[in-house]
Amino acid sequence: MISNETETLTSKQSTSEPLVVVKDVHKSFGDLRVLTGVSFDVRKGEVVCIIGPSGSGKSTLLRCINALERPDKGEIIVDGQTIGYKVEGERKIPLRGKELAHQRTMMGMVFQQFNLFAHMTVLRNITIAPEVVLGLDKKVAEEYARELLKRFGLEGKENAYPRQLSGGQQQRVAIARALAMRPKLMLFDEPTSALDPETVGEVLEVMKLLAKDGMTMIVVTHEIGFARDVADRIVFMDGGVIVEEGPPEQVIGAPKNERTQRFLAKLRK
Amino acid sequence: MKEDIAEVAVGAPGAPAKEPLGLLSKVKGKNVLVTLITLAVVVVIIGNLRISGSIDWSVVRYYFTYNAILAGVARTAELTGISMFVGMVIGVILALMRMSKNAVLSGIAYLYTWFFRATPLLVQILFWYNIALFIPTVTIGIPFGTPFYSVSVNKIITPLFAALLALGLNEGAYYAEIARSGFMAVDKGQIEAAHALGMTGSQSFWKVILPQAMRIVLPPTGNQIISLLKGTSLVSVISMPELLYSAEEIYDSNFQTIPLLIVVSIWYIILTTVLSIIQYFVENYSNRSFAEAGSGSRFKGLFANIFGRFRAEEPAQ
Repeated sequence: MISNETETLTSKQSTSEPLVVVKDVHKSFGDLRVLTGVSFDVRKGEVVCIIGPSGSGKSTLLRCINALERPDKGEIIVDGQTIGYKVEGERKIPLRGKELAHQRTMMGMVFQQFNLFAHMTVLRNITIAPEVVLGLDKKVAEEYARELLKRFGLEGKENAYPRQLSGGQQQRVAIARALAMRPKLMLFDEPTSALDPETVGEVLEVMKLLAKDGMTMIVVTHEIGFARDVADRIVFMDGGVIVEEGPPEQVIGAPKNERTQRFLAKLRK
Repeated sequence: MKEDIAEVAVGAPGAPAKEPLGLLSKVKGKNVLVTLITLAVVVVIIGNLRISGSIDWSVVRYYFTYNAILAGVARTAELTGISMFVGMVIGVILALMRMSKNAVLSGIAYLYTWFFRATPLLVQILFWYNIALFIPTVTIGIPFGTPFYSVSVNKIITPLFAALLALGLNEGAYYAEIARSGFMAVDKGQIEAAHALGMTGSQSFWKVILPQAMRIVLPPTGNQIISLLKGTSLVSVISMPELLYSAEEIYDSNFQTIPLLIVVSIWYIILTTVLSIIQYFVENYSNRSFAEAGSGSRFKGLFANIFGRFRAEEPAQ
């Protein structure tokens, strides 16, 4: 059992270089210190689940990676690019507008509240960014959108509006929308927390499909079952720092830290 | 004595209504009385109009399609359309300035709205019409340098231009508040999603924020257009031949004042009714993504719109 784990770990490490590097990230909102020195790496093709109690800074970390928030201190590098800055020798120049937007096209983001564009059909939701941002031809964008919808079991919903769909369907469309930009990395911010229990499964299935296809994923989640089955690595956060990290068998199966043990015990109740 | 007790009992909070029937019939009785008096007044007024015979309906019919009146209707529609467009553009720009973090921009926007809302439209119309008294010439060039181009303001400020300037600038001040409320009502998550997809600020503004804000501001925008349409009658004071001034010119020579004012009123009613119907269909179209099955009959909504019961049945978002 133990030797098995080490094998999978080493195989990942040897075959791929880190796609995401998070170095000593700090972030405060006013007096509230949300992140106090977070560092971790994500390798290409790896699925990392971030778990932890509410207010532990998981979502803020994800939003920093996607430049929706700017860290006060520290550095985030995705695919060799420093997020939010242009590095010229020793100098770091803050990026604005277009360049920052361009950096975000590297990664797809899935929100807790789906955030589908309410005034657009399902198909338009998926094609708008490829057309407007990447300058893709309408036909090409629509073809890929239909392919994604088919893959996620949403055939025939092209002309529906988000309001007419269930939460699970909306979230699957949101995942398709993010994938239509062909990102290198997918970020999920509690993707099933706003869903009815009966639709959680269909969203997790789609995410498993992505993981199987080798997509690099960082998932903030409360779904411990999903984390155990799909994640290559679990990061447990509490109070703005990483308390424990490692393969699921270790962090969920046999947590070393007392805070991790307490959190997991509470979830099981 | 018994009645007193009943009233006290009903008036006291939480007390069980012992004799609700007695009170109800009393109120009903009052209502019937009020209704009867109102109807009587209306009948007397209408009866008087008919009996006195001061309105010659054939004159009304004759002038209803008179050339000068029709030209006035067209001019009124033109003034409304152009100044509403100008007002909306100014309003959206002001709203964006007002919401900006730059204190100078938001301050200027605030002062603009404050100034134009604080002065009567009629005064503004007269002011723009007479602006040449204040600024005789406009020069284009480097400040304090030799001007490249200079023109007399009297030549630029025609009655039409003064009217459009006054109506458009004034409308901008009101529309700024409407546009701002629309922008603020757009869900933050929609904007974040647009950014997360790699859209720039302007891309997300045009593709996501503006279309959603427009849907929110449609009902107040309809109100503004209708009030602007009627407001255009004010520019008759600067001899702008819109609907009212065209009628004034006719009754100044033939003294058929009341029939011509009735012609004018009928035209305003027709124009506002047409606008209400257009607004109803535009709202229906723009709400298609928010429609829920079985939300009442089409025409019920249409009549509600014409008679001003705006969005009584909007589904909770």
